[in-house]
Amino acid sequence: MTAEHLDGNSLAGPLSEIFAVDVTAAVGRCASCGLTGPVAELRVYGPEPGLVARCPGCDEVVLRLVRGPGAAWLDLRGAVSLRVRLPE
Amino acid sequence: MGIISRGFQGRRRGDDDRLPPGQYLVDDFPVLSTGPTPRIPLERWEFAIDTEAGQTHRWSWPELMALPQETPTVDIHCVTKWSKLGTGWQGVSLDTLFEDVESAAEYALAYSYGGYTTNLPLEDLLDGKAWIVHKFDGEELEPRHGGPARLLVPHLYLWKSAKWIHGIRLLDEDWPGFWETAGYHNYGDPWREQRYEGD
Repeated sequence: MTAEHLDGNSLAGPLSEIFAVDVTAAVGRCASCGLTGPVAELRVYGPEPGLVARCPGCDEVVLRLVRGPGAAWLDLRGAVSLRVRLPE
Repeated sequence: MGIISRGFQGRRRGDDDRLPPGQYLVDDFPVLSTGPTPRIPLERWEFAIDTEAGQTHRWSWPELMALPQETPTVDIHCVTKWSKLGTGWQGVSLDTLFEDVESAAEYALAYSYGGYTTNLPLEDLLDGKAWIVHKFDGEELEPRHGGPARLLVPHLYLWKSAKWIHGIRLLDEDWPGFWETAGYHNYGDPWREQRYEGD
């Protein structure tokens, strides 16, 4: 880990604008290398011009989030899935 | 009434005319990054232009250095609202690099070491509007600012001036790049404040 990036916990605030659940606690699978782990462990670059969250295993982009005035753009194509813990 | 004095703004006269709407001036050079800074040894560095017909023109570092060098002094404008006036660069005009390239393509996709991409109309790279630069302020371009070489297209927001440039792909159809597929404007003219999709 270098000072160049933050960890995935820095996504919690911006993503809480979009999702009712805490997405940083979800477990994701990287579409590039298949590594699984909590979103909080992604390596996050930004916050400007947008948040870019990369896989700690292969450095490929897993998630991107751009917040503009009146809209947000979320790109999750680098994640195969997110496992979100919910009440039974 | 109706007369606005510009005499008490604490800036050099004329700067306001060079500042696009919504921008503010900085004296430092902020670094914005989408990933780890690539480190490219010069002996392995290469720049390519790939045409829509499948031809590739390549330049090694010594070949780029042997081309006629230009020293543009330009204003740069970041979409995050900072602008920097009168920045001095050294590099090779895209007009020089395109001299022997045959193409009828209308679009270009710049691609970088590290995976970054950005798209722009080919005409925005030609006629003295764009360079591959390798020096800033008389010094070798630092890796955090895109060294060994970056694209410089100062009339568009700075995200179009791809750091760590590796090549330019010529295309018959527009292919939106890294930020252009994540909410940012497809063209990015600072004077029309084209920051986000739909602006």
